[in-house]
Amino acid sequence: MKLINLAIESILIQNILLAYFLGMCSYLAQSKKVESATGLGLAVIFVMTISAPVNWMIKNFLLAKGALDWTGIEVLGSMDLSFLTFICFIAVIASLVQIVEIVIDKFFPALYSTLGIFLPLITVNCAILGASLFLDQRNYGFSESLVFGSCSGVGWALAVLLLAAIRKKIRYSHIPEGLKGLGMAFIVTGLMAIGFLCFSGISL
Amino acid sequence: MGKLKRIVTDPLTDNNPVTWQVLGVCSALAVTTKVQTALVMSAALTFVLVLSNLVISLLRKHIPGKIRMIVELCVIATLVIVADQILKAFLFDVSKQLSVFVGLIITNCIVMGRAEAFALQNPPAESVLDGLGNGLGYSIILILVATFREVLGAGEFLGFPVFSAVGINYPSNVIMLLPPGAFIVIGLLIWFQRTFISKECREED
Repeated sequence: MKLINLAIESILIQNILLAYFLGMCSYLAQSKKVESATGLGLAVIFVMTISAPVNWMIKNFLLAKGALDWTGIEVLGSMDLSFLTFICFIAVIASLVQIVEIVIDKFFPALYSTLGIFLPLITVNCAILGASLFLDQRNYGFSESLVFGSCSGVGWALAVLLLAAIRKKIRYSHIPEGLKGLGMAFIVTGLMAIGFLCFSGISL
Repeated sequence: MGKLKRIVTDPLTDNNPVTWQVLGVCSALAVTTKVQTALVMSAALTFVLVLSNLVISLLRKHIPGKIRMIVELCVIATLVIVADQILKAFLFDVSKQLSVFVGLIITNCIVMGRAEAFALQNPPAESVLDGLGNGLGYSIILILVATFREVLGAGEFLGFPVFSAVGINYPSNVIMLLPPGAFIVIGLLIWFQRTFISKECREED
């Protein structure tokens, strides 16, 4: 039950894009077409579902204070390496994206042709690193981090798809010259965020 | 000398990294509920940007082309760790409020973008100035958005009650403090900048 609550919370109530502004760069760049928004959305869900639990394991079995107890070496057990969190997380994400790209290319060529071009973009998508940092900060457990990672990805994909659909609809509207494109995208996002605020009325 | 000056002043207005090039908006929005957090975030980003440009520019002849992204990420991540530790040591309250967003400077596209686009091709002195210019361009937007949100949202500026000081009773306007306020303020800022400051920079949607 707790996990379902967490899932609803991270998709709708605390949407990683509309409430925490993470992943804005690729959100704005890739929302011009519905097709590319779908591809990027799927790629983000995919990478986040893997990267969140992997980073959880890195943090809890290697970096946190006392995490190296399992080695049985006393010196290692007393070390607190949590200042290395940032660099380890980003290294994990960057290499994970590479591995995922190679694996998909080898075994699922059809999937690769849709997701392939979006995978390199994901390394610098702040939503991925952001989700890992949030689960570290909020002390989630393993299953929670899995649910949080995948559902934040779903939330992000939902937001980017919505914006792509709205941008398609307003393409021929009469928008003031300076507001066209980027400016309007921000204002539409603002209105979407107001819409999503309504979900905060759901009591879990 | 004129060229060096342009490197610093160009990103402030015409070529602003946030409003024109759409870089680094993620953190630009999240930390702008208060002017104080925006100031600290700007300082942290400018610090990281100037030093990462310097380091990458010094190493530019030694970084192999194929692994340059990873080298850049390592340099940036190391600098961000330094910035984060400094904030935790000296400004603990603010660093609590900034929560994960200091760490997210690593994936801030401005830092990576300037390393790729400028520092890899130019000598150290110019790269430092470029980093400074872009850092300040980012700071201007961040502080402007934060000013709007704090003044209109909470009726305060840097914690000083602006409205009640002049005798107006201002009920706080929560929508400006919630995420939608940030999106709308930055949308309007972009409109203003494209209409009055850099008219030739228009994009087709």
